[in-house]
Amino acid sequence: MASSIRVRGTSNGDITEVQALIQHPMDTGLVKDSKGELIPAHFIQELKFECNGKDVFVADWGTAVSKDPYVKFSFKGAKKGDELKISWTDNKGGSDTTTAKIA
Amino acid sequence: MTTTPKPHPTRRLILQGAASVALLGLGNLPFAAPARAAANDKYPEEAFKQKSEADAIKALYGKTAEPSDKVKLDAPEIAENGGVVPISVTTTLDKVTSISFFVAENPFALAASYKIPDGTIPAVANRLKMARTTRLTAIVEADGKLYSATKEVKVTVGGCGG
Repeated sequence: MASSIRVRGTSNGDITEVQALIQHPMDTGLVKDSKGELIPAHFIQELKFECNGKDVFVADWGTAVSKDPYVKFSFKGAKKGDELKISWTDNKGGSDTTTAKIA
Repeated sequence: MTTTPKPHPTRRLILQGAASVALLGLGNLPFAAPARAAANDKYPEEAFKQKSEADAIKALYGKTAEPSDKVKLDAPEIAENGGVVPISVTTTLDKVTSISFFVAENPFALAASYKIPDGTIPAVANRLKMARTTRLTAIVEADGKLYSATKEVKVTVGGCGG
């Protein structure tokens, strides 16, 4: 199955810039569907980026993060070819993990 | 299967947390860490449940923030679609350990909280939902203190669907 995570890490010497786009409905639990029934909350709670065995960025998310979330950050201490590992878990126990090489 | 085990707090800490929660009569939330959630690894469940911005900040950090011009919050003046509002924050402060976003007029004020480990640049960009025209607050935790920046965002179509 295709991964829900699309990620790109680009090294520019000292600093690695990471952009990630995740496919997830991020339902708030406050919106009704066409039949007038509430769509239960379904959203990513934790998103973690690791590189060389160290957490480089950890996100705790609530329902106010947009559908198909996007996030961008930068960190030091990695080089081209290093592996970046990304994982998320949502409020229903769903999760996904992927890895990407820093370019 | 491929997930790495998280560095988890000591058993004693978990028991303490569970005990204090049980004392409050909220036994259904054994993992809700008492305040200062940003200081540990657990998902700050309680903070995300607070409706007002002040309560959410209190639940997340247990202290208040002071406005600072060293925190730069970038958001559109007018958001045509409240469902997707691009927000970013950068700061020139040192020793940043976390960055959080609060949307005052949303049903639950806390939108996102990011931990910034050593070596990570204290800047983050993401996209948030906004129910209506609102005040947006970014809080940067640096060297144990909280600094904030706020901005009004006009929302023409709310992000609550329907």
